[in-house]
Amino acid sequence: MSENAETDAEETNADGAAEDTTGDGATADDAADAPEAVIDAGVGAGGGRMREFVESEILARFGDGSARVGLGALEDGSVHSVEGDIVLTTDTHVVDPPVFPGGDIGELAISGTVNDLAMMGATDPIALTCGLIVEAGTPESLVTDVLDSMAAAADRVGVEISTGDTKVMGAGEIDRIAINTTGIGRVTGEPLQAARLEAGDRIVVSGPIGEHGLAVLSAREGFDFGGDLASDVAPVNDLVRAAMAAGTVRTATDPTRGGLAMALNEFASSADAGIAVEERAIPISEAASAAGEVLGIEPLDVANEGVAVFGVAPDDADAVVDALREAGAPDATIVGEVLTDHPGRVVLDTGIGRRYLAEPTGEQLPRIC
Amino acid sequence: MAASTDRDLQFRDPEKAEQLSDRLEELMAEIDGRVDVMHVCGSHEQAIAKFGLRSVLPDGLSVRMGPGCPVCVTDMPEVDEAVALAEDGKIVTTYGDMLKVPGTAKSLADARDEGADVRVVYSASEAAEIAAETDEDVVFFATGFETTAAPTAAVLADDPPANFSILSAHKYVPPAMEVVAEMPDTNVDAFLAAGHAAVITGSGIFEEFVDEYEIPTVVGGFEPLDILLGLVKILEFVRDDEAGLANAYPRCVTEDGNVPAKEALWEVFETTRGEWRGIAEIPDADLALRDEYAQYDAREIFDIDAAYEDEQDPLTAKCISGDIMAGKADPDECELYGEECTPENPVGASMVSSEGTCKIWLEYGGHPDL
Ligand code: SF4
Repeated sequence: MSENAETDAEETNADGAAEDTTGDGATADDAADAPEAVIDAGVGAGGGRMREFVESEILARFGDGSARVGLGALEDGSVHSVEGDIVLTTDTHVVDPPVFPGGDIGELAISGTVNDLAMMGATDPIALTCGLIVEAGTPESLVTDVLDSMAAAADRVGVEISTGDTKVMGAGEIDRIAINTTGIGRVTGEPLQAARLEAGDRIVVSGPIGEHGLAVLSAREGFDFGGDLASDVAPVNDLVRAAMAAGTVRTATDPTRGGLAMALNEFASSADAGIAVEERAIPISEAASAAGEVLGIEPLDVANEGVAVFGVAPDDADAVVDALREAGAPDATIVGEVLTDHPGRVVLDTGIGRRYLAEPTGEQLPRIC
Repeated sequence: MAASTDRDLQFRDPEKAEQLSDRLEELMAEIDGRVDVMHVCGSHEQAIAKFGLRSVLPDGLSVRMGPGCPVCVTDMPEVDEAVALAEDGKIVTTYGDMLKVPGTAKSLADARDEGADVRVVYSASEAAEIAAETDEDVVFFATGFETTAAPTAAVLADDPPANFSILSAHKYVPPAMEVVAEMPDTNVDAFLAAGHAAVITGSGIFEEFVDEYEIPTVVGGFEPLDILLGLVKILEFVRDDEAGLANAYPRCVTEDGNVPAKEALWEVFETTRGEWRGIAEIPDADLALRDEYAQYDAREIFDIDAAYEDEQDPLTAKCISGDIMAGKADPDECELYGEECTPENPVGASMVSSEGTCKIWLEYGGHPDL
């Protein structure tokens, strides 16, 4: 079976805890010493407890799709029939906290991989994998909530999760939960690539910038922006499909780690062209802007999980923006243009002066002093 | 979606900014020469870099940062003292920006990685609260200029727990301005003084300085228009060949400043001679505890053994941060800038703090000719 059970987890007495995890439940109202159901090493140990977990928690959620041999067969892999060019992508997700305003790591894992496929032009993914690594002692409810989110996000896209793997690590060996998702999708036509950008192309963003990164950082730092600031995590393959249908899209990217600043610098260096951006044209919500000020973090430097950035042929830019707005991205807008000057660099017009927009250096940490 | 009101603030109005930069052009034409302005505040550098202000300054007007980053001027032996205290089992508390500042052999972050109890606090009072909750010795490694020295003073004046002490690396800006103004190879025609230090000390504090050194000085705020307005006032002084003092930040700064805070500051601290990292030894620019507060002075209470001289990182010798803070060099003239020296692996303090020129330049894309 693909939910293979190799594990380095030390032998653990999967007695009491194991029974608790299947029990119907300690609730918060129970006596203080009622143990909360947690993932124990037994889940990863490959025995009956493992099979029970896979059947009750994984198969029940991810089910079977169009694969010739799917997850339900519990074979060593799934089998798919495909023709033409395939995009293959993988991403491993860790986020602190794993549940944040607007989403959780499960939705993030599915969206991230669906979006990576879409950014290459594969807007209708074929199948995803789910590699789940859980720290022993993690509340089982956190894991099942995350699996629920994964199932819901995959449903929304219409993609199946057709193979996977579960490991349980010892306490302290990882932080609660990590998820790897690999995806395959079919690309028809030219793959989208930054190297295809040409001078004069317009840069289009599909939505407000900075929401995810600032929501997560705010949650981590214990700031509450009154519910106004939530992650934008979502699959955006439908937006990419709409954009590609409306005009010549040369490249697309989802500005995740490193944010818009990183994405634009990557465009500039791959295309060996300059990129001019109007800072005031970039949609940024009031809440994100306020959180950025409080935390001392630039919204342009933080991850977005439900935004696509496009390089579009100049004559098609307006049509692409209209199509994006119609497809559910009301804030879609043109923010910049590809230049012949300043090859490899991004020039930001702040409305007052001009400077280079640098790639963020390292992890974005809130100001401490 | 709602537009960001933040960015539409009146102090970021592009039209007014353009009018002010036109005015700077006119003044520079009248002056018909080069003008070197030094500002003394990391927040000024940050605003200048972030808004790309240098791209709208007229040719011949140079604005660069002096010794305006409190983290950067904290001397290596001072960091060594803090590290030694931490290694000696004291709970050492400090502002987050101090953690990675390299000492001779190691930083507080290194000491923490090796097991020392080093904690980040947001204020001196938070450090005193930690002391109230433990029997162990809690030392606050107190850094910063007037803006943070005044709150440290307030905590000490308010009878903190007996197991609380401070290791003062507080510094006082005006004497450092004098030293930089006097340096033979530094060309400073005028100072843009830091708005928030002046909130405490008042703009009047610079009167003597202006009289004695005959250098026009203008107190400036931190929004783009504040800075441009400050520069306009500076150029007016320069054109009129007048060593004047002006306050271009009156919405926050008064002539007298915050009198109770100032009183607390001078009740607790006195100025003493001290080394500013990479710049010079400066008379009267370090803040030491007065004798009346000796029972809170870590240097009095503990026998601090911090001798690391032999182990200095060879890269550190290449750091030109001192020249940068003296207005003699820009970060991209440093051979380590952005390569061996990055915010994750800083060689010099200027790459550590969000107030440091090297870090600011790296973050906001340097000082381009745009
Ligand atoms: S780049 Fe680093 S080594 Fe160079 S001057 Fe700045 S802090 Fe020092």
